[in-house]
Amino acid sequence: MKKYNFSVLNLSRIFISLILFSLINSFAFAIETIEISGGGTKQINIAVMPYKEVVVDKTSSRMHQIIAADLYRSGFFRPLDVEGLVNKPTILSEINYPEMTAIEAQVMTLGQIEVSNNRIKVNWFLVDVNKKTILTTMEFSGSTAQYRAIAHKISDMIYEKITGIPGVFSTKISYISKSKGRYSLNVADADGFNVQSVVGSPQPIISARWSPDGSKIAYVSFEKKKPIIYIQSLVTGQRTILANFKGNNSSPAWAPDGKRLAIVLTYNANSQIYLIDPDGSNLKPLIQSAHIDTEPVWSPDGRMIYFTSDRGGRPQIYKVSSNGGEPQRVSFEGNQNLNPNLSPDGKTLTYVMQEEGKFRIVLHDLQTGQITKITEGPFDEAPKFSPNGHVILYAHKINGTGELSTVSIDGVVHQSFNIHADDIREPAWGPL
Amino acid sequence: MKKSLLLATLLSLLLAGCSSTPINDASKPSGPVSASSIADDDSDLDLASLRDPNNILSKRSIYFDYDKDVVKAEYKDLVAAHAKYVSTHPKAKMTLTGNTDDRGSREYNVSLGQRRSVSVKKSMNVLGAQDSQIETVSFGEERADTNCKNDACYAKDRRVDISYEKE
Repeated sequence: MKKYNFSVLNLSRIFISLILFSLINSFAFAIETIEISGGGTKQINIAVMPYKEVVVDKTSSRMHQIIAADLYRSGFFRPLDVEGLVNKPTILSEINYPEMTAIEAQVMTLGQIEVSNNRIKVNWFLVDVNKKTILTTMEFSGSTAQYRAIAHKISDMIYEKITGIPGVFSTKISYISKSKGRYSLNVADADGFNVQSVVGSPQPIISARWSPDGSKIAYVSFEKKKPIIYIQSLVTGQRTILANFKGNNSSPAWAPDGKRLAIVLTYNANSQIYLIDPDGSNLKPLIQSAHIDTEPVWSPDGRMIYFTSDRGGRPQIYKVSSNGGEPQRVSFEGNQNLNPNLSPDGKTLTYVMQEEGKFRIVLHDLQTGQITKITEGPFDEAPKFSPNGHVILYAHKINGTGELSTVSIDGVVHQSFNIHADDIREPAWGPL
Repeated sequence: MKKSLLLATLLSLLLAGCSSTPINDASKPSGPVSASSIADDDSDLDLASLRDPNNILSKRSIYFDYDKDVVKAEYKDLVAAHAKYVSTHPKAKMTLTGNTDDRGSREYNVSLGQRRSVSVKKSMNVLGAQDSQIETVSFGEERADTNCKNDACYAKDRRVDISYEKE
């Protein structure tokens, strides 16, 4: 008989790359703000100049490339092609403003990186090209292992300076990979780098969800030939069973305060939503019906739970008070609507709409009722808002193979992840 | 003005966790089953009839139409045979595992597969099979053929599989 073993990896390694680095606001320039029109409707032209550095590893991305890729993926910036410029400033006095204006740069970033004894020090500037003023300047230092982390931090600061909303470039994502018949729950940087396996199994894993503090992940594993919900600490690697009742145990969703989860159980009937404490105690039904009720997600204030139900015949999105009560239907357009996820401000719902055989990601403005299709399908699923609400991470299938992509909430910028695995699916985004 | 700031983010996540925790696949029997209990089960459970390729009990899959959970007439005899087996073997434990094709969301497909396994269970309940001997579960789309291009291919994924403990 074949015996499978699978191990939980040491997760402290995941966070080695997050060892804190210090940042020093080194100059006292007057900090200006830049005016932009409505978020997402207009991209900011940014010239991300190569930071001056001694290139040690030519195979790795350089800092300005990481920053430009981050800003591009956000959908709010259009990084300009700066390779052809004659003048490549790395300090303020070298900036040739007419040349920057000629390439229609609105803002630019430039800087210098010093490397010594496995430490790096980055002096960088964000400059308003039209006003010729400094928007931000900082000195970041850390170990050379922090290279990408520092680049993401700079991206975060540029993003927040221009949009007024925190960047998510230093956050983590998770996804499930399937390679050579083995499944793995992985955690990676928001740009897909620094992949670490959390748990592996010969049987499927689905529905990973980060706890609100980012220290744990709840997920569904089929390793016992049925779906069982586990909670695993990303700090110690230790895992506990959240729910292993007769029938299916699936679709965990953390309450915003992390003190409860909504889960889906079946016993010997259809999928029904329950609430449970993270230690597996205090199980109670949220609502009871003879129909399928599944895929619960909490509103950010914890008051409402949105979910998928077939009580109207086809799967549609409904909402109900987190204290229970009578559900109200939310989605009406399209043949089927399922797989809901709420924006961090609770104002927009994203879900999968099936229409004419295509499964596409849509945004549903809960105040106006307006629905916007932001992907083309045909097999898109599992949309998840970024922690700042500006980007959606989702899975899609190409010729039977799963891949992950991001799309900006205006639907303009689509970017796929370059992750090496036979098949990747089930993305989730960790907290800010 | 020089200002020194410390980014204390994620410090709490830096705690050490050095051991690698092996997890055994519990779907496999965890220890040897004693010879006497095997003999008991064999006589109690009549495992030979489950294995006999000429016995209808060796047929284990029930197929469904798209987005449907109705057990079709062609499976009447198969469902009846398994229901009778369960009701006449009180120690038998049956698992009905629902499956779907790979279109739609994974969690919704777990629910859809479950609806099918529940539908089969209800058909068996009518024929005397007790809930206490049956567990209905679902793999959703997780066992589906991901390369399907037409409905003949998808149709093979829309099924409930019957399995027995100790067989």
